[in-house]
Amino acid sequence: MNSSGSNHLVRRTKNRVMNVLFVACAILVVSPLGFVLFDLFRQGLAAINWTFFTALPKPVGQLGGGMGNAIVGTFELLGLASLIGVPVGVLGGIYLAEYGSDRFNAWIRFGADVLNGTPSIVWGMVAYGVAVLPMKGFSAYAGGLALGFIMTPIVLRTTEEVLVLVPRSYREAALALGLQRWQMIARIVLPTAMKGVVTGVLLAIGRVAGETAPLLFTAFGNNYWNHHLTEPIAALPLQIFYYGISPYDDWHRQAWAGALVLVLLVLLLSAGVRLLSADWKKRGSS
Amino acid sequence: MTLNEPPKSTVLPPSAPTPPPAAPAGEVAFDVRNLSVFYGANEAVKNASLQISARRVTAIIGPSGCGKSTFLRTLNRMHELTPGARHTGTIRLSGDDLYAREIDPIVVRRRVGMVFQKSNPFPTLSIAENVLVGLRLNGLRDGTLLRQRLEESLHMAALWDEVKDHLSRPGISLSGGQQQRLCIARALAVRPEVLLMDEPCSALDPLATAKIEELIQTLRDQFTVIIVTHNMQQAARVSDQTAFFYMGQLVEFGDTRNVFMNPTNPQTEAYVSGRFG
Repeated sequence: MNSSGSNHLVRRTKNRVMNVLFVACAILVVSPLGFVLFDLFRQGLAAINWTFFTALPKPVGQLGGGMGNAIVGTFELLGLASLIGVPVGVLGGIYLAEYGSDRFNAWIRFGADVLNGTPSIVWGMVAYGVAVLPMKGFSAYAGGLALGFIMTPIVLRTTEEVLVLVPRSYREAALALGLQRWQMIARIVLPTAMKGVVTGVLLAIGRVAGETAPLLFTAFGNNYWNHHLTEPIAALPLQIFYYGISPYDDWHRQAWAGALVLVLLVLLLSAGVRLLSADWKKRGSS
Repeated sequence: MTLNEPPKSTVLPPSAPTPPPAAPAGEVAFDVRNLSVFYGANEAVKNASLQISARRVTAIIGPSGCGKSTFLRTLNRMHELTPGARHTGTIRLSGDDLYAREIDPIVVRRRVGMVFQKSNPFPTLSIAENVLVGLRLNGLRDGTLLRQRLEESLHMAALWDEVKDHLSRPGISLSGGQQQRLCIARALAVRPEVLLMDEPCSALDPLATAKIEELIQTLRDQFTVIIVTHNMQQAARVSDQTAFFYMGQLVEFGDTRNVFMNPTNPQTEAYVSGRFG
């Protein structure tokens, strides 16, 4: 009894110490987010007003102006990137999860993982080579292509992962009904995993929303509205970059505001992901 | 109906739903000759030959790993989904060679439906959609006919009264036993000739089990039912014929009463009297 009593005390102490350690580590992990958000709000909120969302940038020396064109440009670029990244990524993910030989798929998977790890500026160079040079100019298309390159392997891998999670029993039940394989995939497997696929797409969009390097020599940036996708286009990260390295206080303020808007956009996407996956779990458990 | 017809014709009836063109009672549904099934180098079923009667309930019993599920899955070519699986021997269903070169496994599976150990209604589909998914994806569009098939299939699965007022609820909102009956309705909706059941009650409580057993009794009028079960009382209760597999061998096959009361093989006797397995 005695020894077990002291043993118990030792264990409780250990447990407490470890608990404190874990909590400290958890705080350490999320605190940068808190600091970044705090600083962004402190520095950026002042410059946010209606004009910021609607107006074009003012020429050097004039105060005011906004990032309306960059905000719209970012959405346009994300749309273009999704046009490439979503179909190629989702169909590729379906192929990996449902078709192909193990050996071949292992190579594709390896390739996708290497592409996922490729520095984003390399994608800018690739898009520069395949779009900017032949089209003889910077363009929204080139920027969208660069971001699409980055999205594709992310969407591909997440799609594959969520499809593989669909229980084998659903596939067998579908095939036992005499459905063709593609019917099983399109009508049973894909809908079952749809929330996961959408989550992957949103994550990929969030990932590329803040990319700057690949846009530097593809989308290039633009101080005016983009009237045609074959022309250079402004984007939030680019505008933040240009304003941030400028020597003007007013531009610095706007850069902070732009960063705040960009981070809020990504947070919004993450919130959407959370909502979707929470809903998914609820459905799965009911 | 032959296996060579295009897939649609097995599902799209020209007029009203007709009872499946199964053989008259006393005829043979499956004629299995010298069937051996291999997973890689492992021989899961060893040279089994038997004739399974149409419109009867046939139970397949035996200890775990004896090859009974594998045998069942060769009857609708589901074992082909397992990489490395192959077989020798022939299986005929009402005279048609299920493994003839020109036969698409999809056509086989439309004639031979299957219910699995764990109920698996499709989670994104409602009760009604679950029942009708096989018909819809096989091209049946006629709303009246679909509605009719829905009700008939749920009646056959003894589920209609419980779900008729909330057909649009998700299939997975039902209880375990109801879900399994929904899966039976789903399999019956495409009007197969044969219903394979792979331990359909092993995840159910005794009450739900009793309901399914009762249901199996009513199905034998229209369908050939083949049920794999670990539960020997169940085999004795529901089946007309019983096949006993042990270590991949078909040890004994015959009328259920004989297999349980006067087994010819000492291994069968040991198993059915609970001495091993």
